[in-house]
Amino acid sequence: MSSHNESAVAQNHVHRDEVGAKMGMWLFLFTELLLFGGLFLVYAVYRYQYPDQFHLAGMELNTGIGTLNTIILLTSSLTVALSIAAIQKRNKFLSVLMLTLTLTFALMFMVNKYFEWSAKFSHGIYPGSEELLSLPNGQILFFGLYYVMTGLHGLHVVIGIIILSIILVMIIKDKITYDNYTKLENSGLYWHLVDLIWIFLFPLFYLIQ
Amino acid sequence: MSDGNSTVIENSFYKQSTNKHTGILSWLLTVDHKRIGIMYGVTILFFFLVGVIIGVLMRLELIAPGKTIVDAQTYNSLFTLHGVIMIFLFIIPGLPAIFGNFFLPIQIGARDVAFPRLNLLSYYIYVLGAILALLSVILPGGAIDTGWTFYIPYSVRSNTNVSLPLLAAFILGFSSILTGLNFITTVHRLRAPGMTFFKMPLFVWATYATAWIQIIATPVVGITIVLVVLERLFGVGIFDPALGGDPILFQHLFWIYSHPAVYIMILPAMGVVSEIIPTFARRTIFGYKAIAMSSLAIAFVGYLVWAHHMFTSGMSDTARWIFSLLTFIVALPSGVKIFNWVATMYKGSIDPKPPFQWVMSFIFLFSIGGLTGLVLGSLATDIHVHDTYFVVAHFHFVMFGGTGTIFFAAIHYWFPKMFGRMYNDKLATLGVIGFFIGFLMLYFPKFIMGYMGMPRRYYDYLPQFANLQLISTIGSWVLALTIFFIVGYLIHALVKGKRATSNPWGGVTLEWHIQSPPPMENFKEIPIITHEPYDFSQLKEMKDE
Repeated sequence: MSSHNESAVAQNHVHRDEVGAKMGMWLFLFTELLLFGGLFLVYAVYRYQYPDQFHLAGMELNTGIGTLNTIILLTSSLTVALSIAAIQKRNKFLSVLMLTLTLTFALMFMVNKYFEWSAKFSHGIYPGSEELLSLPNGQILFFGLYYVMTGLHGLHVVIGIIILSIILVMIIKDKITYDNYTKLENSGLYWHLVDLIWIFLFPLFYLIQ
Repeated sequence: MSDGNSTVIENSFYKQSTNKHTGILSWLLTVDHKRIGIMYGVTILFFFLVGVIIGVLMRLELIAPGKTIVDAQTYNSLFTLHGVIMIFLFIIPGLPAIFGNFFLPIQIGARDVAFPRLNLLSYYIYVLGAILALLSVILPGGAIDTGWTFYIPYSVRSNTNVSLPLLAAFILGFSSILTGLNFITTVHRLRAPGMTFFKMPLFVWATYATAWIQIIATPVVGITIVLVVLERLFGVGIFDPALGGDPILFQHLFWIYSHPAVYIMILPAMGVVSEIIPTFARRTIFGYKAIAMSSLAIAFVGYLVWAHHMFTSGMSDTARWIFSLLTFIVALPSGVKIFNWVATMYKGSIDPKPPFQWVMSFIFLFSIGGLTGLVLGSLATDIHVHDTYFVVAHFHFVMFGGTGTIFFAAIHYWFPKMFGRMYNDKLATLGVIGFFIGFLMLYFPKFIMGYMGMPRRYYDYLPQFANLQLISTIGSWVLALTIFFIVGYLIHALVKGKRATSNPWGGVTLEWHIQSPPPMENFKEIPIITHEPYDFSQLKEMKDE
């Protein structure tokens, strides 16, 4: 109880509870995992039901571009962590630089995603297309799930870009400093989650064939 | 406990703005948990009354066989809207958002919730969801007619506005998640010194357990709803058998959330009961830890019973008997609560004021609802009464007779604290009696009709059901009039009621230690907790304060 008492006392002085803020963020990330968890469940059910067709459809995906995106996203996770480390050491410049790099990587990921999706579209593979509907059921489901899951993940990347941009401005304006960086840390946590989900999406769609 | 109170009357939170604005903006932009609670109260009460009116219209249509006031398609929309409004806009947010917001921080000795601004955001997300749901009724295409469960494949084929209310349900779920994580963090971080977990009032325990369900279950229905919308927009195929998808998978995903959701609805109500009974029995709660732990047990086991909604949908026999067994197990913690409440009253010095009368009515109605739940949880009997009025009656007994009754109990219990006024006890007693009679007339015949084979959601019925349907419709008038009567005398009491003292019922949890209505900051100094939550020996020293 002692740690709790201190925090309650601290509350009265500075109007800030960093442990609480982080706890809230972890709970939120937990709900995000469950959101994707529903989709992973659906994936598992249909993979079990149509193993051969999932195998065939998986061959259609471009493993190269998927690998590239994995590397990009992993690196961006590193740079956001470095950005936090930098601000802890009072190095504002390095922190801004690292966060800018993170944003650049995030944009690169989306550009790759755009080319990947538009290549699929030009081959006539998108939900409801004649080309797709002529395929067997298992492949339709594979591509349906592919678009839903990577699409939802892409949406999270876009949201991440928006959040990290706001954080970047806040660091530049000294709203986030070495002794008050919980917002940066929480955004970093969110970004790691986006990365983590991709780590599961990548093998499920691109690798296990 | 003594230093937290002062005899000097401070300005109540109504008179002191939390921001630089005055007037309406001081409410709309407030971050004060009490004001947000009141704002939720007004909004939710509005939707409740809309739901009541729709319900009365449905009953009016069923007063006689054949067409009475609306056509079949409108009737389909009415029962869907009644379900969507009552579940997503009234009963899920109801107790946690109003009374949880208002009293959870006070009961643990905090000045506000952990994230006050997020709290206001959840309110506006709720309002946005509600507006979208209402828009779907007005827009061309027609009001949704799928039933509140949105079962595939009809929810994909229906030509009415299905996507918009689905989106609304998704957004409302988001509001629910944010409220949940706010409450969990509040309970972990902001308890007053000395307020250990096992000194927390049971309403806090119940709201805490509820918050966990809100966080764990809601995202799953969120993604399921998104999948249905995508199915409608793009034909992805995940739930479409023509493309290899599985409609039953939708039912699984839907109930993985929506069954725990009924515990989101009932747990806070059980928490309120655990507050009211000790206060009016003047006796500490019997089995404090058992009640606290049973909340967590319900939250946990409630997760593992979802498929009992699907006994006739197509599942292996093994799955069916396992889910049936688990359903029986989830009845145990509810039974623990009921027995502990009754044991609390034994040898207490009971003062049957209106909140206590509501609780008595609750125990009666909820027990019927709970026991008929076991009829539905057994495989053989479920197949006989599945999708009949029996289910409708069971659901309304536990939800309306349970949570709905306690919604009124909570209003009557905390009204003096929230508004600083007293209502007329005699009128309130009339309200309880009217509600009880109307309720039984409206819903009890449905058990009989369901047993006789009357299917739910049907627009028309055979002549042999005519008498019971008529009784049920008359019951709906008694019930609706009583509800409007209750709202009426409460509004009257708001304006003309006599001023409430800080502790009109003789309760001992923290909210009764501060003035009515509470001051802006709740506690001038954060109290130091030394007593057990329901230790009535404090009453004497509280009088000296």
